[in-house]
Amino acid sequence: MLKLSVVGWVTFVGMVALAILPPVFLWTGHAFYLDLASRLVILAIAAVSLNLILGYGGMVSFGHAAFIGLGAYAVGIPAHHATWGGFEAVASYNGLFHLLLAVGISALFALITGAISLRTKGVYFIMITMAFSQMAFFLFQSLEVYNGDDGLTIDIRSELPMINLDDPLQLYLLSYVSLVGAMILVKIIVNSRFGMVLQGAKGNNERMVTLGYNTYFYRLTAYVISGAMCGYAGFLLGNFTTFISPDMMHWTRSGELMFMVILGGASTAFGAVLGSSTFVLIEEFLSSLTTFWHLPFGLMLIGVVLFIRGGLMGLFKAGGK
Amino acid sequence: MTALLKVFGLNKSFGGVTATDDVNLDVLKGEIHAVIGPNGAGKTTLISQLSGGLKSDSGRVVLAGREITHKPAYARAKLGITRSFQITSLVMGLSVLDNVALAVQAQDGHSFRFLKPARSLTHIRDAAMENLNKVGLRGRADSLTSELSHGEHRQLEIAIALASGAELMLLDEPMAGLGPEESALLVAFLKELKGERTILLIEHDMDAVFALADRISVLVYGRLIATGSPEDIRNNDEVRHAYLGED
Repeated sequence: MLKLSVVGWVTFVGMVALAILPPVFLWTGHAFYLDLASRLVILAIAAVSLNLILGYGGMVSFGHAAFIGLGAYAVGIPAHHATWGGFEAVASYNGLFHLLLAVGISALFALITGAISLRTKGVYFIMITMAFSQMAFFLFQSLEVYNGDDGLTIDIRSELPMINLDDPLQLYLLSYVSLVGAMILVKIIVNSRFGMVLQGAKGNNERMVTLGYNTYFYRLTAYVISGAMCGYAGFLLGNFTTFISPDMMHWTRSGELMFMVILGGASTAFGAVLGSSTFVLIEEFLSSLTTFWHLPFGLMLIGVVLFIRGGLMGLFKAGGK
Repeated sequence: MTALLKVFGLNKSFGGVTATDDVNLDVLKGEIHAVIGPNGAGKTTLISQLSGGLKSDSGRVVLAGREITHKPAYARAKLGITRSFQITSLVMGLSVLDNVALAVQAQDGHSFRFLKPARSLTHIRDAAMENLNKVGLRGRADSLTSELSHGEHRQLEIAIALASGAELMLLDEPMAGLGPEESALLVAFLKELKGERTILLIEHDMDAVFALADRISVLVYGRLIATGSPEDIRNNDEVRHAYLGED
């Protein structure tokens, strides 16, 4: 039999449930829950990407929603031009092109903003990452070609070989497989030599520099990987909602992502997934009860941060390793 | 013996306070060179200037004939200078063995390697374990570093300095906070290292300094007032007056 720790079991059971339950909901006529699960899983990918730098690298990025937005616009802008003409160079429904664009633009944005942000530390890093993401937010808000504030509605989703994204189940399964892939990727990176340096720099940067590591470049690399992964989540989110607006990049979205990571427990593979699941489900539940759902939600989050060490995953760690 | 490290006219001041003032110093290959001086004499500042953690206002640092004055800390580490910290400086969230393994890994080319699990690389883990063994921490290899006692943290600092393979070890008060027995063990250990590595030692424990040092330099208010053998220093009137507190 598999020999797993408590945390391992929680991860295993959680991931199996995410694989099985949503399709079952669909087949039993509750399509709404598949929708909810899709959003949850896509946001989980973004949270997993943030966890790479926040949980393992100690880089508290308050601007990760920018990558989601860039990834989504990488779907929306080419599709918009393919439908309405103009900007021949990018006009296309080709999903692989969208994907490449989403990941490429996000990586580039991460490289440029990271190169500057990572020269600062602590609160300054938090503020400067937020400032960069707000710059992206205001840029897209001011772009009349793409309807500014009102956003873009895409009529035709990215066209991928063998996968039809218009089928909600296929979109969900692609997102789910992507999430598993993202989790495995982060796990591999974290356990590699690169990951050890990243974790060392989080724990004690001065020590790492003294050992001969130029930690700046290691951090920047992690930041770019994380940004690219988050851009990929944006590609999926754009195809899921088919409505892309600057609001996706707003700093409150970045805050939500950060909260998902901290709620679930930073620096565990499943923590970010558990955090985003809890976040999305409780948000859904509370907002169905009352329009003032933010208040109990906020209190609950404060409670978790104050009383449970290491987020929700901390509950299972305390139970035994 | 040839000089491994040559320091010419090193200065550093913080605002109006002069921390190091025209320091000229040679550290010979293979020696244990102690720097002593009252609190606030600028000893730790000097070490930070040598390791690259602090930028000097003026002066030059030459390591094995190579000018390193303008090299950043990580580059100096690659060229063979390592330091330990007066206030324990470890990666608390990683295991004891991980801490030493990171020092070994730093010697093993760049670390932009993403695929193989670092903890499965036996050449790194074995070398790290060997260094833990030398300082008597083998049994604690898998413990979380934050769980170790203060004495064990000091031992781990030494293991990391050893594992870094650096030719020149700058040790900033390695005995700080150790009990008499632990201190004695560490003195014996550093004695064994003599000749193998070059050590610049800052220490307040005078018994340890006189037991270990081949040469001693005395730093007072940022100025080196004397350099010589332990015997010379013991008999130097200026030193006695300024530092040892005897009239």
